[in-house]
Amino acid sequence: MSIVNQILAGDVRAVARLLRDIDDQMPSAREILKELYPHTGKAYILGFTGSPGVGKSTLVDQIAMEYRKRGLTVGILAIDPTSPFTGGAILGDRIRMQRHFLDSGVFIRSLATRGHFGGLTKSTNDMITVLDAMGKDIIIVETVGVGQDEVDIANCAHTTVLVTIPGMGDEVQAIKAGIMEIGNIFVVNKADREGSRKTVRELRNLIELGLRRLGDQHWEPPIIETEALKGRGIPELLDAVEKHRQYLMENDRSQWEAVTQKRAKTQLLETLREEALAELLRRMANRGVSLDDLVRKVTARETDPYTVVQDLLQCELK
Amino acid sequence: MAEERKLRILIAKPGLDGHDRGARVIARAFRDAGFEVVYTGCHQTPEQIVSTAIQEDVDLIGLSILSGAHRYSFPRIMELLKENNAEDITVIGGGIFPLEDIPKLKAIGIKEIFEPGAKLDDIVQWVRTNVKPRKAMVA
Repeated sequence: MSIVNQILAGDVRAVARLLRDIDDQMPSAREILKELYPHTGKAYILGFTGSPGVGKSTLVDQIAMEYRKRGLTVGILAIDPTSPFTGGAILGDRIRMQRHFLDSGVFIRSLATRGHFGGLTKSTNDMITVLDAMGKDIIIVETVGVGQDEVDIANCAHTTVLVTIPGMGDEVQAIKAGIMEIGNIFVVNKADREGSRKTVRELRNLIELGLRRLGDQHWEPPIIETEALKGRGIPELLDAVEKHRQYLMENDRSQWEAVTQKRAKTQLLETLREEALAELLRRMANRGVSLDDLVRKVTARETDPYTVVQDLLQCELK
Repeated sequence: MAEERKLRILIAKPGLDGHDRGARVIARAFRDAGFEVVYTGCHQTPEQIVSTAIQEDVDLIGLSILSGAHRYSFPRIMELLKENNAEDITVIGGGIFPLEDIPKLKAIGIKEIFEPGAKLDDIVQWVRTNVKPRKAMVA
């Protein structure tokens, strides 16, 4: 059986290996992705984001369980940071998801950021393509623990869940211009802790003041209190996701079209950026142009980055 | 395109002992060596370990065990790897083993056993020498 057919048939080993090839930027993986892409677009993509330690992995574990109870299959991409010094990583999100290890209806993959900023990895969108093609109904993307501006998930997921915890009230205020804008649903996890109601109130105030995703004026983000460890609030969270999905489908699916188009555009531009850069560097190398030389000249102020790029483009792209 | 291939390693603790300091130290050492380390915590069954190794497409499984249950769990893990056509994944062990068990473990395909006193640098060097990331699939 060809690799493409193995993937379409849900062969776990083939899927796992392809994901690795994608992560490692193997050119052969691109060829397989080309064949898989027409088979995709069926899965619902759900993003979980929030600061480190708010309970994203535990929530993802619970939500996966709830989807399984409702008869749906789940693919999970869980992202942890790469060391900026050694390039190594410890991927620990699985620790919270152990009970799914033997369920063939759940596929979990741990990913390292590998120097990519924005909360996702460079390969996340391509990996979603694979999990979609293998037939997973729901694909859950857990971002790396984020600060204020890692908002790539907003252009990746159909529904983005922003997770926070009580006692980050001041932070809620501070970050309202960045990450707070991307939540379709807000979760206050660890809601048994003191200050949970206050956090909910503060979020509600923000929302009443008009905190909305741009172009998403008619969706009022719900705020769900959860205790992920005990499973409290999980069915409510799932219902909120379902409501958001229905909202996207309203009015002749106009919102849905917008979201899926934004996804496609992001993926297209990402691929273009990556391939164009790689091609340009390849052509430079072929002509014997040394990147190091250019860096030296720029550093010495003999020239500037803008002129260099302009010259390169004129030379290489005519 | 064409980045270097990064080594992926699963550090797992089969069985019931909950002493994972060693597993964490070795996970950290592998991280500092530039490897991607999946760590799944304590109390893993052989089935869970093999399923994780396959889903995560690791090149190496490092089993940490202090309870003596290696006589059951190590052969079972090797068996499951074979059943799943994943015997290309290298398996090593670390922890406390009766000396007479070590040849038996190597005979079932455990590539190396590291006992207390093994130096982190030596373990990392062993991995660099003996474990290579696999080749890309071709459509």
